[in-house]
Amino acid sequence: MTFEEFLFWSLALITCISAIAVAASQNIVRAAVWLLFTLAGVSCLYLLLGADFVGAVQLIVYVGGILILVVFGVMLTNQGPFVNMKTSAGEWAISLVVGLLMLGLLLGCIFAANWTELQETLVVDDAATSRSANDLGLALLGVAQPTVVPDAQAPKLNVLPQQKKTPVAYLFPFEIVSVHLVVVLVGAAYLARAKRRRRTAA
Amino acid sequence: MIGLEHYLIVGAVLFIAGIACMAGKRNAIGVLIGVEMVLNGANVNFVAFARYNRNLALEGQIFALFTIVLAAAEAAIALAIVLNFYNNHVSVDVDAAEELKG
Repeated sequence: MTFEEFLFWSLALITCISAIAVAASQNIVRAAVWLLFTLAGVSCLYLLLGADFVGAVQLIVYVGGILILVVFGVMLTNQGPFVNMKTSAGEWAISLVVGLLMLGLLLGCIFAANWTELQETLVVDDAATSRSANDLGLALLGVAQPTVVPDAQAPKLNVLPQQKKTPVAYLFPFEIVSVHLVVVLVGAAYLARAKRRRRTAA
Repeated sequence: MIGLEHYLIVGAVLFIAGIACMAGKRNAIGVLIGVEMVLNGANVNFVAFARYNRNLALEGQIFALFTIVLAAAEAAIALAIVLNFYNNHVSVDVDAAEELKG
């Protein structure tokens, strides 16, 4: 077992077990703590996949931002620190059955699909094919990136894979996401503003 | 050798745990946590495809970044709605929202 396999199996085990624990725990504070382990494990998986920037963003945005937001939401909305909202056994059974059925469907699809075509074009850890934060930033700024197109004849002719200039630029989605984020933040501040109106019974 | 399937299985487990979390929690914030886990499962798939397919080396990571930003926006709005709901109902139980029930 290589070091990469050891890292993958331990991280995958941590991520999956804490994800299941999030779904299984009845206490919302415990679920938030398990979510912390899940998100950190996913971030480490990104780093293992060679996506350094995405892993860092995951750590900053999810663990540093969303999780804090969730914990603050728990603190602002719980009457006591450990309020239990029990789900009835019937609802639990239904969600378990539906979840297991969907898991079986997804696993069946994963194992039925033929991934060998993808595995042939495996990205090796060299500077020509792996994408750094530099490439991501250039793509978001609208600079067209050369996409490496795998050439079937390339190994035979003993030349480098053809660098075809395919316009891969994401300036417009980047702008849309920026405007969307501003609108969302204004809307969230508007929705969550304090109103002294509390009806006791709905 | 760790292949694409291994990461896809991790993504599937995250997705299903999120679905079960959304279906099985009565706390509105628990439902929100489930949504976040579903988005994370999809993101794991994106980044895994970016790693294992040469043509998606850039696209997978870019789409993962977009998903992370949209998830952050969604969490902010959803928590604002939950706080508003709590102001009106003094509870975050999703079963308390039954004004529109026919």
